[in-house]
Amino acid sequence: MSATFVLDASFAALTLALAAYTILARDTFAAVVAFISYGLLLALVWVRLSAVDVALTEAAIGSGVTGALLIGAAARVGDGDASAPPGLKPLEKLVCALLCAAVSAGIAVAVLSLPAQAPTLAPLALEQLPATGLGNAVTGVLLAYRAIDTLLEAVVLVLALIGIWSFARDDHWGGRPEAPSMPEPNGALILLAQLLAPLGIIVGAHLVWAGATEPGGAFQGATILAAVWILVMVAGMIDAPPTGRRWLRFALVGGPALFLVIGVAGFVVAGAFLAYPEGYAKPLILIIEVALTLSIAIALGLLALGAPARREKP
Amino acid sequence: MNSVTLAGLAGAAMVGLGLFGLITHPHLLRKIVSFNVMGGGVFLLFGAIARRGDAAGIGADPVPQALVITGIVVAFSATALAVALLLRLDREIGRPFFPAKELAGPSEKDGAT
Repeated sequence: MSATFVLDASFAALTLALAAYTILARDTFAAVVAFISYGLLLALVWVRLSAVDVALTEAAIGSGVTGALLIGAAARVGDGDASAPPGLKPLEKLVCALLCAAVSAGIAVAVLSLPAQAPTLAPLALEQLPATGLGNAVTGVLLAYRAIDTLLEAVVLVLALIGIWSFARDDHWGGRPEAPSMPEPNGALILLAQLLAPLGIIVGAHLVWAGATEPGGAFQGATILAAVWILVMVAGMIDAPPTGRRWLRFALVGGPALFLVIGVAGFVVAGAFLAYPEGYAKPLILIIEVALTLSIAIALGLLALGAPARREKP
Repeated sequence: MNSVTLAGLAGAAMVGLGLFGLITHPHLLRKIVSFNVMGGGVFLLFGAIARRGDAAGIGADPVPQALVITGIVVAFSATALAVALLLRLDREIGRPFFPAKELAGPSEKDGAT
C-alpha cells in the first residue's frame, strides 16, 4: 500500500463520512454546513483524479454558490420541527436503507467490472486540439467539439432564472430580490469585501483567460465574479439589483445570444452550426468566453438571490 | 484495488446515501441537499471513468470531465429553482413540508379559483 493510496483512501473516507453526516444530521443548518464541507473535500478528490477543471467547478459552484443558496434557504425556513408530518416508521426506514444499499451495491458491481482496457476519447481530443489554438483539452471539448452542450447550458441558466422569477408575487415582478445583507454588517466583513472584491475580479478574469491553455474557464471565472458580487451585497455595500432593468436583461442574454449568433454564422463561413472558420477558432472562442462569463456571473448571482421580493422603489 | 476504483466505489456509496436521504427526510430542504449528495456521487463515477481513460499524456479523458462541468452548473440551476419553489411553498402554507391531505383540495374551498 503506497502513501498516495493511503492519502486517496483517507480523502474518500472523509468525503463519505461528511456525505453520511449531511444525510443523517438532525439539524437542517448542520446538514447544509456539512454539505458545503463535503463539496470542498470532493473537490480535493477531483484534484487527485487529475481533473483540476472539475475540481475548480465543484469547489466554486457545487460547494460555494450552492452552499450560499442553501444556507440562505435554511435560515429562512428553519427546521420546522413543530409542524413536521409524522416521519417513516423504523421498519419502513430499514426497508428504504436496504433498497438504497442495493442501488449502491449494483453501481459498485458495475464499477468493479469495468473493462480492463478503458475506452477513451483523449487521443482524439488532443489530435484535433491544435486546430482550435487551445491548450486545454477540456476547454476544447466545452467550446469546440461539444459547443452545443455549453450553449444549451448557458440557456438553462437563463431558463432557471425565468422560472425562479415567476415565483414572485405579481406586484413584485421586475422588483428587487431580498437583499442578502447582514442586518448590521460589522467592520471586518466590510473590510473583507473591500479587500476581496478587486482581488476576486482579477482571479476571475485570470481563470477565464488561463482556461484556454490551463485549468480554468468561463464557468469557473464567472463563479468567482458572482461570489464577489454576493459578498459585496452581504456586506451591505450595494443593494440587490432591480430585475426589471433593461441593462440587466441584456447582460443576462448577451453571452448566450452572441454564442448563438457565432454558431449560426458557422453555417455560412464554415459549413456547419457552431463550426469555426479555420484560423479564427481561438479568437472566436475567447470572444464567446468573455461574453459568456459576464452573462453567467450575473445569472449565477441572481439565481442565488432568488425571486424578486419587493418593489423597485421601497 | 487502486485509488480510481476506490473513488468509483465512494461515488456508488454516495448515490445510495443521497437516495436514502431523498426518500426518508420529510423536510424539503433536506431532500434538496440529499439530491445534491446523490448528484455528487454520480459525478464522481464519471470522474473515476475519466481517470481510467487517461491517455496521450493527459491525466484523464477530457470528454467526461466536460460533461461533469456542464452537469455541476445544471445541477446548481435546478437546485436554485427547487429552493425558490420551496420558499414559495413555505410562504403559502407556512412550513417546509409537502402539503398534507387536508390541503389537497383548495379548489373545493375557494370555489372558482
